[in-house]
Amino acid sequence: MGSRLSVVSALRAFLPARAVLHEEEDTRPYECDGLTAYRQLPMVVALPETEEQVQRVLQACAALGVPVVPRGAGTGLSGGALPTGDGVLLSMAKFMRVLRLDPRAGIAVVQPGVRNAAISEAAAPFGLFYAPDPSSQIACTIGGNVSENSGGVHCLKYGLTLHNVLRLRGYTIEGEPIDLGAEAPDAPGYDLLALAVGSEGMLMVVTEVTVKLLPLPQCARVIMASFDDVEKAGEAVAAVIAAGIIPAGLEMMDRPATHAVEQFVAAGYDLQAAAILLCESDGTAEEVDDEIARMKAVLSQAGATRMTVSRDEPERLRFWSGRKAAFPAVGRISPDYYCMDGTIPRKRLGEVLRFIAAMEKKYALRCPNVFHAGDGNLHPLILFDANDAEQLHRTELFAAEVLEKCVEVGGTITGEHGVGVEKINQMCVQFRPDELELFQSIKRVFDARGLLNPGKAVPTLARCAEYGRLRGRGGVAAAHPDLPRF
Amino acid sequence: MTLEPFQERIRDAAARGVALRLRGGGTKDFYGNEPRGEMLDTRAYAGIVSYEPTELVITARCGTPLSEVERILEENGQCLPFEPPHFGAGATFGGCVASGLSGPRRASAGALRDFVLGARIVDGRGRALGFGGQVMKNVAGYDVSRLLAGSLGTLGLIAEASLKVLPRPAAERSLRLEMPQERALEAMQRWAAQPLPISATAWHDGELLVRLSGPAAGVRAAAGKIGGEPLEQAPWAAIREHTHPFFAAPPLWRLAVSTVAPPLPLPGAQLLEWGGALRWLAGAGDGAAVREAAQRAGGHATLFRAREKSGGAFAPLGPAAMRLHRGLKAVFDPAGILNPGRLYAEL
Repeated sequence: MGSRLSVVSALRAFLPARAVLHEEEDTRPYECDGLTAYRQLPMVVALPETEEQVQRVLQACAALGVPVVPRGAGTGLSGGALPTGDGVLLSMAKFMRVLRLDPRAGIAVVQPGVRNAAISEAAAPFGLFYAPDPSSQIACTIGGNVSENSGGVHCLKYGLTLHNVLRLRGYTIEGEPIDLGAEAPDAPGYDLLALAVGSEGMLMVVTEVTVKLLPLPQCARVIMASFDDVEKAGEAVAAVIAAGIIPAGLEMMDRPATHAVEQFVAAGYDLQAAAILLCESDGTAEEVDDEIARMKAVLSQAGATRMTVSRDEPERLRFWSGRKAAFPAVGRISPDYYCMDGTIPRKRLGEVLRFIAAMEKKYALRCPNVFHAGDGNLHPLILFDANDAEQLHRTELFAAEVLEKCVEVGGTITGEHGVGVEKINQMCVQFRPDELELFQSIKRVFDARGLLNPGKAVPTLARCAEYGRLRGRGGVAAAHPDLPRF
Repeated sequence: MTLEPFQERIRDAAARGVALRLRGGGTKDFYGNEPRGEMLDTRAYAGIVSYEPTELVITARCGTPLSEVERILEENGQCLPFEPPHFGAGATFGGCVASGLSGPRRASAGALRDFVLGARIVDGRGRALGFGGQVMKNVAGYDVSRLLAGSLGTLGLIAEASLKVLPRPAAERSLRLEMPQERALEAMQRWAAQPLPISATAWHDGELLVRLSGPAAGVRAAAGKIGGEPLEQAPWAAIREHTHPFFAAPPLWRLAVSTVAPPLPLPGAQLLEWGGALRWLAGAGDGAAVREAAQRAGGHATLFRAREKSGGAFAPLGPAAMRLHRGLKAVFDPAGILNPGRLYAEL
């Protein structure tokens, strides 16, 4: 294991002094990502600017046996970019260039530190856009999106990062170049691109991403529909899909969520409703008029108590602004919030929401819900005060129970935020030891010594055994004793 | 119905070091390198496990006839959007996933792998394992189920898979235009940059076919923009299933290239699909020249149908990629008994 001094001097051999940070005041900004409950100062932060420098950082760290944690904008919500105290935090923040945008081919080749929204901004003059739009899109980077296989509010129709990335270039921990996928379809051999997307920075460090660009729809309109019952709203979602409609976006917020949001952005939500649905159509003007009419008929049949259709683009964006600002809005009404990310078969929504309501009582914590209703991805937001250790403890117990409920109903512990450090224990619930062992073996194919983003996403079997004992005793949250907390 | 018979068979073969040839209906025996080993017929493990149209997911066992899956979807107004080719009666659901092939709608709807949500497999050690699930969004663990798509059974026996499904388009219309290849490629690129509901394209011998699918209003409007003459009986099924006369003359090469690649000056007849990203070459083809042309065009070539494939069916991998492939093969199938050589001689 390399000492701080040996790592710093190895990196300074090819990086300028300003690109190698090791004083506490400089490394402090990197101690956590969007999951601020977990913090750890990295031993060293490296900020390379070229692919060759990335390769050399990796080679140097591999030679010294030092762990490397890659990081984009640090907006991740599962602690995937949480540093290790004995390792290098590899910031890709300087890789901010759009290298090539080919409107004829409908692709953009970008560096990993390019912000998600910046790709669509660069493509807009050509009438094109990059479809996945996570709520953090003004800040989050495409490299991070690739690591987490990020979704967004339009992924029911347009797919996840996985469906919109054509090619990745990067390096293994040993600094060996790898090039996965291609601009041409169906690259030969195993679909390693699918394996790399969503691998939480554990298989490779991505230095270049080729994404697919789509023609911007000519127009889009969104229906805001109110329901006097959350389960009715859930049934309305199924009714829309049963009618053969795939909306461009289909989102749900419950009353506590709309109230929090309305104070923050004044999106114009119906505050009387138990839940609202945002149901969007895009396409040509004729298609949109036709689809909006059909969706309104279905929603009305399903018991919508009120419906408002956006009249123009500013109004459409205003309706969405509330949904996209849901997390920061909740951050205003509570000192802290803890965002869950389970996905469930939609038909089990009522059951899971009742379960969450019961957990609110059990743990005496409030929990507004925002929900990518179209694809079953729940984002319950537990409100708590992190300065109160006991509240944090209750929050973790609450979250663990909800995620395990998602698994029980046939869903998953994470739809788009990743496992990171946050949900690593719940992996033991979702997968059996043989499956976890296979994940570890896949990891070793790419990273034999486990140096790249260690300790994330895939638990060791020993950890699972320990977690199993704790669950048996009903002490779920105590399973994070080794993690520093804020 | 249990996986135990498969598990036992695979454990036994692994212990004896005997190769197994995993096979469903045998409709894709021609695809990839020559199959070898003791036959393991997957068809006994059949049936639709779950299908709820409003969840947009179907889960079926590997031996289920692909036609049965498509029939039940059609009865519910839904479809497999990637239009998998059957290549004969008796194609199975498992074979469809294992071969990873997609049909005419691939350029607009996505490939088979884009619709894979989960899979249960028996690996080369006889272990029954499950990955992914039945929900649209799932990032827990590495995406093994999509890795299996197109792996030709070399990583595990795909016993069950869950695929995302979509509603069938409300309206469909096909158009025919006459133009040489170069102009057809330009036209397809121009259309691809616009929000048009093009669900398939095919160019062959001076004739460009375009299919529009979607809401009636959009299809009508797009047909006006594209022009050409309407076609009542468009040969999409014949192109998808290779019963179109073009595909009769071996050898058949499949070149996947960048859509912006110019016409490829190769001897033999060509049929283009997917907006120009897929170029079939029939009746000729010197292996090295075809592979080189595909590579220059930003892609790769597969020797799809041929009497003799001694040069390998698939484009060779670079050393770094091959190392990863071998590593993964060793993880899933340490004894190297599952469809050995079918994808690459080294796997």
